[in-house]
Amino acid sequence: MAEKFDVIVVGAGMAGNAAAYTLAKAGVNVLQIERGEYAGSKNVQGGILYAQAVEALIPEFRESAPLERHIIEQRIWVLNDKSYIGTHFRSDNFNEERPNRYTLVRAQFDKWLNGEVKKAGATVITETTVLELLKDETGKVNGVRCDRENGEVRADCVILCDGVNALVGSRSGVRKEINSKEVALAVKEMHFLPRDVINERFNIQESEGVVIEILGTVTEGMLGTGFIYTNGESLSVGIGVIVSDLMKNRINPSTLLEKMKSHPSVAPLLKGSEVKEYSAHLLPEGGYDSVPELSGNGWMVCGDSAHLLNAIHREGSNMALTSGRLAAETYLELRDKGQPINAENLKKYNQKLENSFVLKDLKKYRRMPHIMLENKQFVTMYPDLLAGAAETLLRVDGVDKKTKEKKITKDFRSARGIFGLVGDAFKLVRAWR
Amino acid sequence: MHIVVCIKQVPDSAQIRVHPVTNTIMRQGVPTIINPYDLFALEEALRVRDRFGGKVTVLTMGPPMAEDSLRKALGYGVDAAVLLTDRAFAGSDTLATSFALATAIEKLHQEDPVHIVFTGKQTIDGDTAQVGPGIAQRLKLQQLTYVSAIRDVDSAGKSITVERRAEGGTQVLKTTLPCLITMLEGTNTLRRGSMDDVFRAVRSEVRTWSARDAGVEDITKCGLRGSPTVVKKVFAPQPRMEKAQQIDALGKSPAEIADETINMLFTASNQLGDDILKLTEAI
Amino acid sequence: MTEKKAAPAAPTRASAKKELPEHFKDYKHVWVFIELERDEVHSVSWELLGEGRKLADTLKVDLCAVVMGPPGEGLEKAVRESWGYGADVTYVVADPILADYRTQSYTEGLETLINTHKPEIILLGATTLGRDLAGSLATTLKTGLTADCTGLEIDDGSLAATRPTFGGTLLCTIYTLNFRPQMATVRPRVMAMPDFTEGRSGKRIDFPLNIKENDIITKVLEFIPDTTSDKVNLAYADIVVAGGMGLGSAANFQHVMDLARVLGADYGGSRPTVQKGWIPAERQIGQTGKTIRPKLYIAAGISGAIQHRVGVEGADMILAINSDPNAPIFEFAHYGIVGDATQILPALTKAFEQRLSKMRKAG
Ligand SMILES: Cc1cc2nc3c(=O)[nH]c(=O)nc-3n(C[C@H](O)[C@H](O)[C@H](O)COP(=O)(O)OP(=O)(O)OC[C@H]3O[C@@H](n4cnc5c(N)ncnc54)[C@H](O)[C@@H]3O)c2cc1C
Ligand SMILES: Cc1cc2nc3c(=O)[nH]c(=O)nc-3n(C[C@H](O)[C@H](O)[C@H](O)COP(=O)(O)OP(=O)(O)OC[C@H]3O[C@@H](n4cnc5c(N)ncnc54)[C@H](O)[C@@H]3O)c2cc1C
Ligand SMILES: Nc1ncnc2c1ncn2[C@@H]1O[C@H](COP(=O)(O)O)[C@@H](O)[C@H]1O
Repeated sequence: MAEKFDVIVVGAGMAGNAAAYTLAKAGVNVLQIERGEYAGSKNVQGGILYAQAVEALIPEFRESAPLERHIIEQRIWVLNDKSYIGTHFRSDNFNEERPNRYTLVRAQFDKWLNGEVKKAGATVITETTVLELLKDETGKVNGVRCDRENGEVRADCVILCDGVNALVGSRSGVRKEINSKEVALAVKEMHFLPRDVINERFNIQESEGVVIEILGTVTEGMLGTGFIYTNGESLSVGIGVIVSDLMKNRINPSTLLEKMKSHPSVAPLLKGSEVKEYSAHLLPEGGYDSVPELSGNGWMVCGDSAHLLNAIHREGSNMALTSGRLAAETYLELRDKGQPINAENLKKYNQKLENSFVLKDLKKYRRMPHIMLENKQFVTMYPDLLAGAAETLLRVDGVDKKTKEKKITKDFRSARGIFGLVGDAFKLVRAWR
Repeated sequence: MHIVVCIKQVPDSAQIRVHPVTNTIMRQGVPTIINPYDLFALEEALRVRDRFGGKVTVLTMGPPMAEDSLRKALGYGVDAAVLLTDRAFAGSDTLATSFALATAIEKLHQEDPVHIVFTGKQTIDGDTAQVGPGIAQRLKLQQLTYVSAIRDVDSAGKSITVERRAEGGTQVLKTTLPCLITMLEGTNTLRRGSMDDVFRAVRSEVRTWSARDAGVEDITKCGLRGSPTVVKKVFAPQPRMEKAQQIDALGKSPAEIADETINMLFTASNQLGDDILKLTEAI
Repeated sequence: MTEKKAAPAAPTRASAKKELPEHFKDYKHVWVFIELERDEVHSVSWELLGEGRKLADTLKVDLCAVVMGPPGEGLEKAVRESWGYGADVTYVVADPILADYRTQSYTEGLETLINTHKPEIILLGATTLGRDLAGSLATTLKTGLTADCTGLEIDDGSLAATRPTFGGTLLCTIYTLNFRPQMATVRPRVMAMPDFTEGRSGKRIDFPLNIKENDIITKVLEFIPDTTSDKVNLAYADIVVAGGMGLGSAANFQHVMDLARVLGADYGGSRPTVQKGWIPAERQIGQTGKTIRPKLYIAAGISGAIQHRVGVEGADMILAINSDPNAPIFEFAHYGIVGDATQILPALTKAFEQRLSKMRKAG
């Protein structure tokens, strides 16, 4: 006889842990199945955590969660081959009692959060991959099949939190396969340095942290961004590029990462570090239009698996945590009212997402992915133009400032043409609105 | 038949880092794994059980979090698990470790007579290969190290025939039970537990024993106090003073580089040519 | 829990202070266990006599060898050779029961000998036999044993045994201050082979083995010697050519074998090449593979990780070929070529071939 649970949660990433925690806390007999050796073992994240989404689950999480540093400074750098031009924002206001953003190492954080899931009473099994959904004769999902002997397990409801590849859903025919234009491939390395060296290089104190977002020629004309995050005793250094661009250009993302690391503005930050943990991971960056069907007869889908990620602000973990929690709350409401777990009733989950920041934000940036994909000048031409402009202005060489400004305007115009420039500005504004 | 397997939770040494300035180990975030060599012991124990009947108990001495390793072992199909954990064990060297493990095995033996104790060949952190023989001597078990195959266990559970890796060949040994086997690596492939094993692993009880629970009477034989060896110094290997003399390869063809290299080697050692001629004579 | 030991000396450890009990004070002399199997002595035993000599000289005591085995010419030859390699005194335990190595007979025999003649230091090879015996003996003697040492010294009258720890990333020095004998094992080829002095002789002390075959529980049913084809003599080869992941594929390993053939060398590789199945496990060089001491070591496409380095540092001359000028191997190689190994190796093979044939013609 196959085992039977109330709910099965597939995956122990951010979304899966939020769902399983919420359910177990409410006394639901929940089984969580993770393919990795332990929760977090396969997860990659450059590593920014937004506190609010965790607080909604575990208000006092700061006391026990493995957090690396709270962020007090954000830098945005636009690189060309030799220089960067950028903005830095730093404020002592971020040194607050309950900081809003943290850097973290996913492997440790996920393990911790999953520990809380277990404490709440969920049954968690690892090193077990869910292959597909099982359905009864009416087509309602009533369990999963795993890659082990006697691998069938039954449940009233299955919550899919299996991350960006979303293989369980596509294999089971509840969604289409992901498309290379919708996903970015990110490669990341951990660069280990002593804490004091990091503090010195980034001009920060004990648990303060800095985030650098990197745009520009490092992506060789392809759509993507790089990043450097300060952890306690390491830096997360990575770059992500849309997969269809990589395929078109036949470029290996690790080549791009090498290039970024050797950039004269980046290299001094990494000097002398010991590199460990090279990893590659996909990010769902298609935005609102790529979000699949969110629920159906006996199932819901959350987090990356549901394409809930805001590429512009690099927010994914909070959307995953929130969607996982909302899926669990949907189940709890139905259970409390004694309503069946069917397609009709699970639509409540879709509504909850529509009403939350998750789908609201994705809707706001709906056009961004298309605009960026079709207008490569944002990443190809502008970095050089901006850097050239800054250099022209800053270099004291006897040329008067007015002539300099003229040269800059001329450079921009000849590169892109006046209509192009205005159009670009318009597109960006429209996308952002 | 009752089989005990000793496994150890070790830091994944591939991921250990050394602080470049202070030369101390940076343990933060280094994941732990079951000592890879112990997995061969684990699998072999399960095979013996499957062939000849009985049950397998896994035993580990370590901090409370070593329970993870035991649960993992249960997921492979082991029947019972015991965690030996006590502050008194901290700082044990191999003599003190084998004392603690032997005491616990003795206690298991009283509950249900033990026929075979399995250990790995060695650990990847201690790397001594001494704990297995240590347990055998303390419990007066027949000691079979570097076993590559188990040929037979007689039906009454009285004797065992094994193949043992020795210098220059393989010994086929027959001995009486109880015995201790340290299993050679690469001799089997670890199975994947069924779904039932996995559920049992999360649900079964892991017995946790303190030194007293395990039956240790003389606490001075444990931990730091029971360890005759003393580590006085830990340090990073010294780099050699001068770096390699580079053969100038810039703009040269491989053939030119090769010629230059041979000149350099022959100049460095005027015997090298003769040595090579001698070595190649037979061919 | 043994990992705790890597912490700098914990002051709480009772044995950390030297207070050698009275009954250990008459333990004297340095012993080396001579590993004799099927009439052949494992060279590691001679290497240990070389190392033991230095310890004995520092302590101003005798260097003693222990030869155990069945009576016969093999054993007699081992005794003579032990003197030639530097032993002042050789203890001989000759008994037919010792024809095959078995833990029980060797442990009991050696234990009685030690309890009677009381050595302060005893060294064994870290071979399958040596490790089996040392582990068992240290437990029955209730003393400290340090495995796989890479350095042995006398510090303030005690044995300071240095060995790799934490997967070879660090070294640690271990003492057995308040127990005797102080025991250590050393892997083959880690220490240099000492010179052999023809005709040198020493004192011989015969010692009985009071065990009967019936008392020994384990029986040897059969010994299956390794076929010559699986015998890899890498550890003792004069020239070794090795390849690493930098070769890119199993097929490219042919370049390594070709050069090895032309040089009359043996070949090996780094651990990942073994894990990939490019070469068999016996050919792995390094901390968890073989330690080598060739006259010439050529490493192609090997980064030079510490675990590899500890296995090759004893080489007289190291030539490294690596495309990365910053590869760590250049920090301990004597000669370096920055370049593509898949091109340099065939070029070297060809150039050596031509050079050697010229030399052969010249006679
Ligand atoms: C390089 C990089 C940097 C990022 N930086 C940030 C950032 O700074 N801030 C931020 O908020 N977000 C960031 N993100 C995004 C964020 O990591 C994701 O949005 C978030 O992890 C999604 O959570 P999830 O639970 O949906 O998926 P995941 O975290 O991917 O979890 C899915 C889990 O399911 C398991 N699984 C998959 N398939 C199966 C199966 N068939 N059976 C069983 N288990 C299965 C996986 O092993 C995994 O544990 C980043 C992502 C990347 C790649
Ligand atoms: C507990 C433990 C024990 C270990 N024991 C051992 C051991 O006994 N032996 C061992 O070897 N390792 C051992 N290792 C592994 C060790 O840490 C290294 O991972 C390993 O030695 C690296 O092998 P490599 O140099 O072949 O590969 P890599 O590290 O991948 O290096 C490949 C090198 O090839 C160079 N290269 C690339 N292309 C070319 C080209 N075309 N031409 C020339 N050069 C090129 C690269 O620059 C690089 O330096 C152990 C590790 C652990 C954790
Ligand atoms: N703390 C421990 N708990 C259980 N088994 C251990 C422990 N330490 C060592 N062992 C066993 O002894 C074997 C040899 O260990 P070592 O002597 O440290 O190389 C290992 O492969 C384990 O099977």
